[in-house]
Amino acid sequence: MDLKEKLVSSFLAFENRVDVETPIHDVRSEAIKTFEAKGFPTKKDEDWKYTSLKSVLKSDFSVFPKQENAIEYTDVKKYFIHDIDSYKIIFIDGKYSSHLSQTTHDGIDVCLMSAALTKPKYRLVIENYFNKIATKDSLSSLNTAFSQEGAYIHIPKNKLVEKPIQILHFSTGNEAALMLQPRNLVVVDENAHVQIIERHQSLTDNPVLTNSVTEIFANKRAIVDYYKIQNDNKNASLIDNTFINQKRESHVSVHTFSFGGQLTRNNLNFYQNGERIDSTMKGITIIGEKQHVDHNTLVHHIEPNCESHQDYKGIFGDNATGVFNGKVVVEKEAQKTNAFQANNNILLSDKASINTKPQLEIFADDVKCSHGCTIGQLDESAMFYMRSRGIPQKEAKALLMYAFSNNVLSSVKIPELKQRITKIIATKLGVNIGFDL
Amino acid sequence: MLKINNLHASVEDKGILKGINLEVKAGEVHAIMGPNGSGKSTLASVIAGKEEYEVKQGEILLDEENIDELAAEERAHKGIFLSFQYPVEIPGVSVTNFMKTAINETRKAKGLGDMPAKDMLKLIREKSEMLEIDRKFLSRSLNEGFSGGEKKRNEIFQMAMLEPKLAILDETDSGLDIDALRIVANGVNKLKSKDNAVIVITHYQRLLDYIVPDFVHVLYNGKIVKSGTKELAHELEEKGYDWIKEEVNV
Repeated sequence: MDLKEKLVSSFLAFENRVDVETPIHDVRSEAIKTFEAKGFPTKKDEDWKYTSLKSVLKSDFSVFPKQENAIEYTDVKKYFIHDIDSYKIIFIDGKYSSHLSQTTHDGIDVCLMSAALTKPKYRLVIENYFNKIATKDSLSSLNTAFSQEGAYIHIPKNKLVEKPIQILHFSTGNEAALMLQPRNLVVVDENAHVQIIERHQSLTDNPVLTNSVTEIFANKRAIVDYYKIQNDNKNASLIDNTFINQKRESHVSVHTFSFGGQLTRNNLNFYQNGERIDSTMKGITIIGEKQHVDHNTLVHHIEPNCESHQDYKGIFGDNATGVFNGKVVVEKEAQKTNAFQANNNILLSDKASINTKPQLEIFADDVKCSHGCTIGQLDESAMFYMRSRGIPQKEAKALLMYAFSNNVLSSVKIPELKQRITKIIATKLGVNIGFDL
Repeated sequence: MLKINNLHASVEDKGILKGINLEVKAGEVHAIMGPNGSGKSTLASVIAGKEEYEVKQGEILLDEENIDELAAEERAHKGIFLSFQYPVEIPGVSVTNFMKTAINETRKAKGLGDMPAKDMLKLIREKSEMLEIDRKFLSRSLNEGFSGGEKKRNEIFQMAMLEPKLAILDETDSGLDIDALRIVANGVNKLKSKDNAVIVITHYQRLLDYIVPDFVHVLYNGKIVKSGTKELAHELEEKGYDWIKEEVNV
C-alpha cells in the first residue's frame, strides 16, 4: 500500500479518535477528499518541477505514533533558545508535552490546537480563522484532514508579548518511520506584537516526514516576527506550508534558516488585504551532501501602498540542490506597490545546483518592482585577502559565507537567536573563529 | 631576508613576470616603480602567495627557505604582509574581530594559545592611536563603506597589528590625501626596524618623500630593468618612464 492509500484509509481510524460532530470535522472530511483526488504532487506539477518527493515518500510511515514518548529536557536543551525567558509549546512525536512546555492563558492564549478545536471558549476564533487562508492544494488539504494538534496562539488587541514563543516538534525515533502533520494557528489582533520561533527536530536517523500548516492572521497594525530554524537530521524531511493574511498597516516578517534535513520545502504565502502593509521574507540556506531546500514564495499585493521585501541567500556544497521560486502578484488596484526580491547563491562544488525563478505578475501600472538573482562562486580575491592575513582557507571561507549572509542575519531582532544561528553556521562550516561572529 | 631568483610567473598561461631578480636584506626599504601593466602588483601577489599566479621558473626564498609551495596563510605566518591596492569588503565582520582572528590564527600556527583579551585590547588601542584611527571605526564592518583613505589606513593598521618581517605596500599611496599619506607613512616608519624590511610599490615618487627607500627598482615588461638609489625615483618623476622604455628597447 503506498502512502497515499495508507493516509486515506487511516482517515477512518482518525475519525475514531476525534469528535466528528463538529463543523471542523466537515472541513476535515472535505479536505481528505481533496487530497484523495489530487494525490501527492509530482514533478509534472509546475510548482514541483525541481523538487521530487518520490524518495521521501517511499518510507513506510506510521501515521499515528503507537505510544506516548517522553524525553528529558537536558537531552534536548540545546535545541531551545534557552538563554532567554520564553513561552514554549513542545510536541514529542506529534503529542503535546506538558512537561517541556510553558503555555499561558494570562492575557494571551499560547496553548494547543487540540484544545482550541474542542473547547467552546475558542469556538468563535476557530470559526473565524481556522482553514480560512490555507489553500486547497493537496499537501495543505492532507494536513487539514488530519488537523488536530499544533500550536494555537491568540494575542488580543494592544498586547505586546515580551517573551518570544518557541514551538518545537521533536521526533524520538521510537517509530521506524513517522509522519507528522502539525497544524498551527496564530491570530494577532489590532496593534499587538508577537515573536515566534519554530523548529522541527528529529533525535535519531529514522525517517521523519513533517507536513505542517501554519496560518497567521495579522490584523490592523499588528507586528509578527516569525523565525523558522530548519537544521534537522539527514533523514528528516519537512514540507512547511505557511499562509499569512495581513490587514492594513501590519508588519509581518518570516526568516527561514535552512541548514539541514533531507528535503525541505517551504511554501510561504503572503496575502495583503489592506493598505500600507509591509511583508518581509528572508532566508539563509547553507546545505551540503545530498540535501535539498526549496523556497516557494508568494506575495499577493491586493491593495495600494504596500511593500514586500524578499531576500534569500543560498550556499550549496557537495551534491546539494536548491530551488527558489518567488512569485509576486500585483493586482490592478494595488498601485504604488513597492516589491523587492533578491536571491543570491554561491555554489561551492561542480555538482551542487540551484534553480532560481522570479515570477512577477503585475497588473498595476504605477509600481516599483525589482528582482535579481545571482549565482556565483566564493570571491577568490576576498579569499586571498583574508588568507594573506594569516587566516586559513577553511576559516576564511567561513567568514566569507558569513559575510555573504550577513544582511539577512542582521535583521533578526532577538539577539540570542541571532547568536544561535551564527553558532549553527559556524558548526556547520566546521570552524571556530575565536569570536562569536 | 628575501631573495628572488629568475622568477617567471604567469596567469592563465600569459607570462607576466619574466625573470625577476631581487634581494632585500633586513633593515632595508626597497621601492619598485614602473609604468602600468609592468607586473608590479603581480610581483606583490606572487610573493604573498596568490594562487591564480603560476610560478613557471625560478624561486622565492624567505630566510633561505623556498616558499613557493606555501599557501598564502602560511606565508603570512612566516611574516609576509601585503597591503592591498584594493582591500576587500567583508560585511558583518568588524575590524577588531577580523584582527583578533588573524592574530590568533597566526599564533595558533606557531603553537601559541590565543592572545589574552586584555593584551589584544591594549595592542589595538596602541596601534590605532599611532595611525590616528577613531575607536568607533574599529567596530565597523571591515572595509565596508570605507573611503579610499580609510581603507589604506586600515591596511597599515593591520600591518602594525601583525608586525610582519616583510611588508609589501602595493600602491598604498593611491587615493590618499596629503594628511592621510603622512599618517600612513609615519606609521610605516615607526614600524621599521633593523630586523624587518619593506617593499614599496608605487607609481609616483610622492610616497617616497616620506618612506625613504634604500633602493629603487624599475619594473618594465616583467623584468627589473634598472636599479638605483632614491635619486632614481626623482629622475623618474621628472622624466617619466619613456626613456626607460627606450633604453630597454634599444
